[in-house]
Amino acid sequence: MEPRVLTSKKPFTLKGFFLQWEWMLVLLFVAVIVMNVNLSDYFWDYNNLRDATMSFLDKAFIVLPMVFIIILADIDISVGSIVALSSVIMADLYAHGVPMELALIVCLAVGTLCGYINGLLIVKFKELSSVIVTLSTMIIYRGIAYILLKDQSVGKFPKWFNYLGWGYVGSIPFILIAFAVFAVLFGILLHKTTFGRKVYAIGSNPTASRYSGVQVDRIKIIVFTLAGLMSAVTALFLTSRMGSTRPNIATGYELDVIAMVVLGGISTAGGKGRMIGAILAVFLIGYLRYGLGLINISAQTLLIVIGLLLIFAVSVPKLKWKGTGAKGKAV
Amino acid sequence: MKQKMFADAALAVGTGQGAATKTTISAKFAKFRELGLLAVIVLICIGVQLRNPSFLTLENINDIAANTAILSILSVGMMLVIITRGIDLSIGATLALSGMIAAMTVKAHPGLHPLAALLLGFAVGLACGMVIGFLVAKVGILPIIATLGMMNVFRGLTYEASGGKWVSAHQMPDSFKQIATGSLLGINNLIVIAVVIYAVAYYFVSHTRTGRQVYAVGSNPESAEISGIKTKRILWLVYTIMGGLTGLAGVLWVSKFASAQGDTASGYELSVIAACVLGGVSIAGGSGKISGIILGAVLLGILNNALPMINVSPFWQNWIQGMIILAAVVFNALVKRGIDRNNLMRRKI
Repeated sequence: MEPRVLTSKKPFTLKGFFLQWEWMLVLLFVAVIVMNVNLSDYFWDYNNLRDATMSFLDKAFIVLPMVFIIILADIDISVGSIVALSSVIMADLYAHGVPMELALIVCLAVGTLCGYINGLLIVKFKELSSVIVTLSTMIIYRGIAYILLKDQSVGKFPKWFNYLGWGYVGSIPFILIAFAVFAVLFGILLHKTTFGRKVYAIGSNPTASRYSGVQVDRIKIIVFTLAGLMSAVTALFLTSRMGSTRPNIATGYELDVIAMVVLGGISTAGGKGRMIGAILAVFLIGYLRYGLGLINISAQTLLIVIGLLLIFAVSVPKLKWKGTGAKGKAV
Repeated sequence: MKQKMFADAALAVGTGQGAATKTTISAKFAKFRELGLLAVIVLICIGVQLRNPSFLTLENINDIAANTAILSILSVGMMLVIITRGIDLSIGATLALSGMIAAMTVKAHPGLHPLAALLLGFAVGLACGMVIGFLVAKVGILPIIATLGMMNVFRGLTYEASGGKWVSAHQMPDSFKQIATGSLLGINNLIVIAVVIYAVAYYFVSHTRTGRQVYAVGSNPESAEISGIKTKRILWLVYTIMGGLTGLAGVLWVSKFASAQGDTASGYELSVIAACVLGGVSIAGGSGKISGIILGAVLLGILNNALPMINVSPFWQNWIQGMIILAAVVFNALVKRGIDRNNLMRRKI
């Protein structure tokens, strides 16, 4: 383990500035854009770009809290199921005559509760890793969604609800503005508050943090609860975009979200990474998918691409640090 | 504050002395874990039998055993992986890929010997496992991330290989289907294969040096490394074994259900993990017994068979399985706490 200084910053050098992972992401991003422009004449069109952005931004809301979770050296693979459960409960309530405004609040509450349960289980049973806890809640949450809706889909939401996923402010999509607001909030929380510093501290060394008075349990619960809340936010936007919901929506979202976060340079060993990297990775993967979709690459091939991208993103930093003795750790 | 701490300590010593003569309940349970599981299995069987008399017929029991065989073969590999503190989410996809490749090969060459098909599936699975083992052991990626990524790669490859089409029953030669339906000395082949694998696995984990090293790596990787065990090689080995067994199971699966699809066994890894944690394999690594996972797999197999028989909606099964996993891991954790507390007390005397 290399010693990490949390409070003082390294001296600024031009070389150090440009050798950051984020610049690598910017380069990759440019490469993807250039590739897309060459592959398809339709890519470089404002309307197309805008539509593409709107279609991949829904899961980006989960990326924000997932950055916190992975910095804590934990993981949450139940987020896709939380999206499904909160969306299904909202739709089911609305179908049974509950006003949409109330159903919407319930949706957020359900997501928050699911996240809180995850956090509580992880904190109460320290023997269990977050992998196994969120693996079982992943099955349970989606299981409840199936119990409620069976294999049906529910839709026909009021007109104003469509605005979330399809609306514009001027010519800017509403979902983009919402994402920007949340991204700034989470960025400030991570980089400018003591809460954020504590998250980094726990990720670097949980035992030392506990002994120096950081309330590790409380922070973990808050972070997992935030992940639940943001999953519910994703549920709102996703449901609005699709116009209906079914228990199998957002399957595999956890993979996409985790891929975006680790590609953004957030180390799975904990304690490292920045919000801006993850946000860049959201757009990188989003436009990559969109471009490959434009040239008729099948959804199955996209699976392979995203899977390999995830492996690539976690391997590169490991290979780089191999000489310095930093090691990965087990689950 | 200080006084309270002293009081707490005194209290702990007090209760410690009180309980020193008898072990805690949870520690006791750990010894009889298998008996407890067996009791649960018997209770479930009696309960279901009362509701539906066709449950405990010879035909249905044979059915359950054959269905459980594949699950229990996979549990052996998963147990080894979990013992080394890992997890493998990719096995559903590996199973589909190896099953699909075997099925497409027998479709193209109907004259192929069934054993060759089995070997082919085994080889494909072995290759998949080796890739994952390499990523986990040599590159140092977390098992959850490596297997999550490769799960999608393998699943995508399955679709690519088949072009999105199924290989269905009439395209497979009878000799291939007989791998799973045939029998040896009156016992279904699947059960025979599972029993052989269990015998080999039992010998491997209890009586070979490498097998014991798997436990050592799981209970304390650092000291295993220091005492000269090649930790990385062991890690690579367990994922390769997992892959090989999954490849084998893939051929058996396709032969049993007489169809190979792109989404074969999607999510099956969760059942396998459930069987392991039910059988007492600790997620924290280092412990797990062959006898435990047999019972875990049987219990799960019986539940899968019994729930539709007593008219439980299939939509409940997801939830039930998740609750079983959660309850089992929480229970394991509590038992472990009991044992630790018990050990602590004994040391005080």
